[in-house]
Amino acid sequence: MLYREAGQFKASYAEDARIFPIRQDRIGFWVLMLVFGVAVPLLTNEYWLKAILIPVLIFSLAALGLNILTGYAGQLSLGSAAFMAVGAFAAYNFMLRIDGMPFLVALVLAGLTSAAVGIVFGLPSLRIKGFYLAVATLAAQFFIVWALVKFPWFSNNSSSGVVTAQAVTILGYTFESPEAKYVLTFLIVAFMALLAKNMVRSSTGRAWMAVRDMDVAAQVIGFRLMRTKLLAFAVSSFYCGVAGALYAYTYIGTVEPEGFNLDLSFKILFMIIIGGVGSIMGSFLGAAFIVLLPIFLDNVVPALFGDALGAGFVSNFQLIIFGGLIIFFLIVEPHGLARLWQIAKEKLRLWPFPH
Amino acid sequence: MARKIGDVIVDLQNISLRFGGVKALTDISFNVKEHEIRSIIGPNGAGKSSMLNVINGVYHPQEGQIFFKGQLRKKMEPHEAAEQGIARTFQNIALFKGMTVLDNIMTGRNLKMKCNFLQHALYWGAAQKEEIAHRIKVEEVIEFLEIQDIRKTPVGRLPYGLQKRVELARALAAEPHILLLDEPMAGMNVEEKQDMCRFILDVNDHYGTTIVLIEHDMGVVMDISDRVVVLDYGKKIGDGEPDEVKNNPEVIKAYLGTSH
Repeated sequence: MLYREAGQFKASYAEDARIFPIRQDRIGFWVLMLVFGVAVPLLTNEYWLKAILIPVLIFSLAALGLNILTGYAGQLSLGSAAFMAVGAFAAYNFMLRIDGMPFLVALVLAGLTSAAVGIVFGLPSLRIKGFYLAVATLAAQFFIVWALVKFPWFSNNSSSGVVTAQAVTILGYTFESPEAKYVLTFLIVAFMALLAKNMVRSSTGRAWMAVRDMDVAAQVIGFRLMRTKLLAFAVSSFYCGVAGALYAYTYIGTVEPEGFNLDLSFKILFMIIIGGVGSIMGSFLGAAFIVLLPIFLDNVVPALFGDALGAGFVSNFQLIIFGGLIIFFLIVEPHGLARLWQIAKEKLRLWPFPH
Repeated sequence: MARKIGDVIVDLQNISLRFGGVKALTDISFNVKEHEIRSIIGPNGAGKSSMLNVINGVYHPQEGQIFFKGQLRKKMEPHEAAEQGIARTFQNIALFKGMTVLDNIMTGRNLKMKCNFLQHALYWGAAQKEEIAHRIKVEEVIEFLEIQDIRKTPVGRLPYGLQKRVELARALAAEPHILLLDEPMAGMNVEEKQDMCRFILDVNDHYGTTIVLIEHDMGVVMDISDRVVVLDYGKKIGDGEPDEVKNNPEVIKAYLGTSH
């Protein structure tokens, strides 16, 4: 009953084209922003920030990047983790090799480096589609990780390949505490999500979706396939690259190339499949689901069964439940959590008098 | 009739198109005049759709010349044809299934949009103004084709007849000089066909758009066309005004048939 839009008239196309045309959604959005931007860092403890909230945000950004490429532009990719690696190591090298490099500039440069690499590995998409393209992006995954290990220059000749992220300083303020790092990550992710939403609701996004849905028709209408696909690869890799840099600088602090392996790429792919392919919000829901579910199972399974089961059994059992839940979700709602939310909203508009 | 048929706008001369050993089109010449409704008819596999694909650059003929607005046209890609004002609809609906009706029609205006993706990302100033300016144009098309009530519906959920109409809307949104319609009435019932005929005639009359039409419903073709060209096995067997074509013995033998 609270979710009614009666009496809210849109008097101009600008009002109709807003991100949240319904007032309740706008209010809900700002409440959410305040909760996660202000209340959460004030009220939660270090564990929540460091182990749960920061990774959820960073993976959301990576998932958002993949969603732009796969969900909106329809180009399947298994190289997201590699583009994160490019971002992480590029940021590290820009900070290391250029004196007085401001962190935010390094972040943008890391994204741009990743975008350039993404364009190169996006070139095959002009010829091949679908699963075959996924295999071609797999090449990016293996090649980039191999190159980062092979050439010690990237990790400043560190013998183990592990690099330690420099301190994050913006305008003289050093982001050390988990709260500060969380807020910084939150602001960057929120801003980039807004940019992504703006892109997908304007002509750029329509070009991507047109190429996704029917490339011949898109061409006949006047879209250029090459430009559209490569732009999708560039923007997607930019997002993944920034996510990778944040992963190094605000999340774990030390990174090695092997950390960005195929497993991580698959994890990001699962995030968008579960969250919702072709949905900005779905990227966030999917990332939260994939990060939170193992932690949830970690706490729930031993509590349910006590110590009767061995520790080894419990950890395997969690994997089984995890896999089972993913299959369950895919069968119940193949369009992901974002679609569930949409359906719930449509029902709410009529509730409690659906006739 | 109010509209006046103008000069030749598309002139196809001796077009031949082959796919390997298969001859899709053999030595075909015909022209399309400005503001007219020009139909292409013929049995299945006669090369009608291939003909449209040649006109808008999807296929490149091995032989022959195409003059567009008096200029010899070099090998061109579909998006270049679109830039020159050629829009089309497809035999099998080629809408963007995951997008709403409104977004689909907005894609029709992409060539007139000048902002780049960075401006889109900020969605501030020029980008927003442009989006709204084009929305106004799109709403005109929506009103013209009477699809106001479905503008926010994803096209995948629409019935067939409406999808065909949305596809026409998307082509019209580009404000084309020439509109290529590939079987716009296939699979429709009588009422839907009447609606579609009305829209085609209105477009032609109201915007002066030149229309090249492929259609199998002879009643419709003979009623609304100014001139008809008949293809059979990739060859031209008839060309002229509807009455002329109707009485052409070769056309009757190959396609129209006689009552026995």
